[in-house]
Amino acid sequence: MRHFRSIGEAGPEAVRRLLDLADHMAEVNRRPNPKVPALRGRTVCNVFFEDSTRTRLSFETAAKRLSADTMNFAVSSSSVNKGESLRDTIETIAAMGVDAFVIRHKSSGAPWQIGQWTNAAVVNAGDGWHAHPTQALLDCFTIRNAFGRPDGFDGLKIAIIGDIKHSRVARSDIEAFAMLGADVTLVAPKTLLPPVTDGMPVTITTDLDAVIGEVDVVYLLRMQMERMTEALVPNLYEYTTRFGLTPERVTKLAEHTLIMHPGPMNRGVEVAVDPSELPGSVITQQVTNGIAVRMAVLFDLLGSGANLEDES
Amino acid sequence: MSELLITGGTVIDPAGERRADVRVVDGAIAEVGTDLEAGDGMQVLDATGCVVSPGFVDLHTHLREPGREEAETIETGSRAAAKGGFTCVVAMPNTDPTQDCVSVVEFVRRQGVAAGLCDVRPSGSITVGREGARLTPFAELAAAGVRIFTDDGSGVQDPLLMRRAFEYAVDLDIVLAQHCEVARLTEGAVMHEGRCCSSFGLPGWPSIAEELMVHRDIELARLTGGRVHLLHLSTAGSVELVRRAKADGLSVTAEATPHHISLTDELLAGYSTLYKVNPPLRTMADVEAVRAGLADGTIDAIATDHAPHAAETKEQPLDQAPPGMLGLETALGVSLASLEGAGMTVVDVVAALSWKPAAIAGVDDRHGRPIAPGEPANLTIFDPTEAWEVVPATLASKSKNTPYVGIPLTGKVKHTVLDGTPTVIDETPTA
Amino acid sequence: MNDSKQVLGPDDVRRAVTRMAHEIIERNQGSTGVALIGLQRGGVWLAEALGAAIRRIGHDVPVGSIDCSLYRDDIGLRPVSPGSVSDISFEIDGATIVLVDDVLYTGRTVKAALDAVTDYGRPRAVQLAVLVDRGHRELPIRPDFVGKNLPTSSGEQVAATAEGVSIS
Repeated sequence: MRHFRSIGEAGPEAVRRLLDLADHMAEVNRRPNPKVPALRGRTVCNVFFEDSTRTRLSFETAAKRLSADTMNFAVSSSSVNKGESLRDTIETIAAMGVDAFVIRHKSSGAPWQIGQWTNAAVVNAGDGWHAHPTQALLDCFTIRNAFGRPDGFDGLKIAIIGDIKHSRVARSDIEAFAMLGADVTLVAPKTLLPPVTDGMPVTITTDLDAVIGEVDVVYLLRMQMERMTEALVPNLYEYTTRFGLTPERVTKLAEHTLIMHPGPMNRGVEVAVDPSELPGSVITQQVTNGIAVRMAVLFDLLGSGANLEDES
Repeated sequence: MSELLITGGTVIDPAGERRADVRVVDGAIAEVGTDLEAGDGMQVLDATGCVVSPGFVDLHTHLREPGREEAETIETGSRAAAKGGFTCVVAMPNTDPTQDCVSVVEFVRRQGVAAGLCDVRPSGSITVGREGARLTPFAELAAAGVRIFTDDGSGVQDPLLMRRAFEYAVDLDIVLAQHCEVARLTEGAVMHEGRCCSSFGLPGWPSIAEELMVHRDIELARLTGGRVHLLHLSTAGSVELVRRAKADGLSVTAEATPHHISLTDELLAGYSTLYKVNPPLRTMADVEAVRAGLADGTIDAIATDHAPHAAETKEQPLDQAPPGMLGLETALGVSLASLEGAGMTVVDVVAALSWKPAAIAGVDDRHGRPIAPGEPANLTIFDPTEAWEVVPATLASKSKNTPYVGIPLTGKVKHTVLDGTPTVIDETPTA
Repeated sequence: MNDSKQVLGPDDVRRAVTRMAHEIIERNQGSTGVALIGLQRGGVWLAEALGAAIRRIGHDVPVGSIDCSLYRDDIGLRPVSPGSVSDISFEIDGATIVLVDDVLYTGRTVKAALDAVTDYGRPRAVQLAVLVDRGHRELPIRPDFVGKNLPTSSGEQVAATAEGVSIS
């Protein structure tokens, strides 16, 4: 695997391999000294054109636990604001000797454009509306562990609720969940869905109450306040009434159903109860698993991957 | 006296197709016949295996000067036009400053004359500064030689303003041309709205944003008795609207670009900015509808919408990169390759590249003429079957943003003659 | 495998395992504080076999396994894939750890295992038990308990399981 930019590009074999690798990394993280020398001497550069402290810290921690050196490039303090083109920025950093770029950018497709200008591995930490593959991996890892399903998600029912249209998390999750065999249902009004949805491996509904008792996983997406100006929903109150996790809906959940959210949460909007009071919530596990999964990705890209008998 | 002999070619013009040599004397065609002899001092252009046609006329070229000379100048754009077989181009007005007053229009015209490689006819904008608020002085600009008026780059959003433009223009011999795009429906859009943009996670430009304005301007033309030319049609719906307008006898003409008859939105899978253009590349169904529109005459002309952009502006993320691709030097090659299957002959394609746009641009006194004694010698000589591929380094354009690298093209311009003087000989510009 | 030659049969292997079990107990004067850790993947069956043999002679030691692929010194030079997740459910601090592997060759895997084990804690001592020592050491690593010394050439492959040891 040369890059990790989207679930579709990685493919089912790589996804399974990364989830298995994440088991090893999770074990490393449980030790008193959670560090291995695997990527010693390698340099990982975080290039975040869009602010995200939590994702950046997660990647940085992952790199450091593998003993890699890290560099951070945050756009507000950079020359991009002075008109340096994206290409110049990447080539300048690459010239300093970087083995992997971790990129977050507000423009869909930036990791592919960047791939033309460097030989380093490119990890997509989120591009525009398009993809957030490490989020999808950690979501799959969380579900896999919660239900004890290392073989795949056949028969699992997952509902993704909210602003699918603008969500790179949703797009990557849909790809990954479907790849592993789950039945995915999207719950959203038409204004919050991509313009064309036929061909997507999903069922679509606007009736959250009809599905909420039937699913194994409820995945809540963030409803962004900024969307109000675009006439996508009349107001947030109506959004919460139709699509939010309200106290009434909580009572309808099956006992084993997981509650998931990519964070940060808009309390009172997509989730109208205190999530820490939901027994099915695995939101904190998602964050913990993020490090293990990102360690797996970095190790697979910069360490190795294929099967071979080793000799002592 | 300067003499030029074009030998061994097949002449194609509005009268038809015939094997003939052409002799040009002092800028005009002197003789058309077989086995003409070359005299002393006569320059000879070998047209064996080639078509000799009236020079191509591009209704839609962005020469970037004044204001964006790093992307192209009138000189480099004229050279690119000549290499593409064009003897006349209509220069779009979205320059800086805008072509909305006589001084800028005159500047562009003079620069074209100074370059001497192509007949550059500046267009004027419909509104001052292309801001969509006040009309430019149509009559004053028409007196300075402007025939086509457009806010191209964007469409005129205000329906009342557009109605007034049509009404005011009715007794002036000008053409209002529209870039049909309802801006409110395309905010932030980067590619066609459809299945591809949904999976690529990119904001989309719905077909209806074009069709609503096509419909509006057709109806305004109907209401006011005015004449409208629709730029770069890209959707099946737009083609159908124009077909019905023509059936109703309205004064509506239309053009389509070579990229809208050859490329689709799937190409944006790699997020390459080379494929970002306004209006965007659409689906195969739209491509086929546009081809069919050209074949049945609903769409009158092929116009390149040549839009050069400096490399560093295109090396930005997709949503920040400017839209547009080169077109002058690949127009013939793309058109012949794409339209053969749509039932168009070489004559049909030449018509769409030369005499039909010449009529719309009002330059048909000098371009798109029959190839007959007494006519101005604005000619293109091209090999209609030669297969070739674009090599960016050999393009005459100052910019290199062409999407056709690696795509096989059919048909290559060998020589171009402007007012009796060759501007391109053996694929090489003379200046 | 072409021309595979069996040099130890299943009975030979069983006898070697029993002998090594006795040696481990004798060398450590009992089994107090002793734990076996099999190196993945080849050493895991042997660690379990040794654990069973030790139980048969009246002692009991914990048996774990360690995956050292994250500690190899040739990461990025050749493909490597982790085996199962490391399983060490006992205290490493102060323990006498016996690393167990099927074949000892260059010594690099054992070095990686040493690095890995010391990341879990500080053992009192680390010893090495291997079924086969085939020579060609590249690091100063020596086994404490050996089933059989088997000189080989570097072009040959050695396979060691409970069913026997063969060279090809």
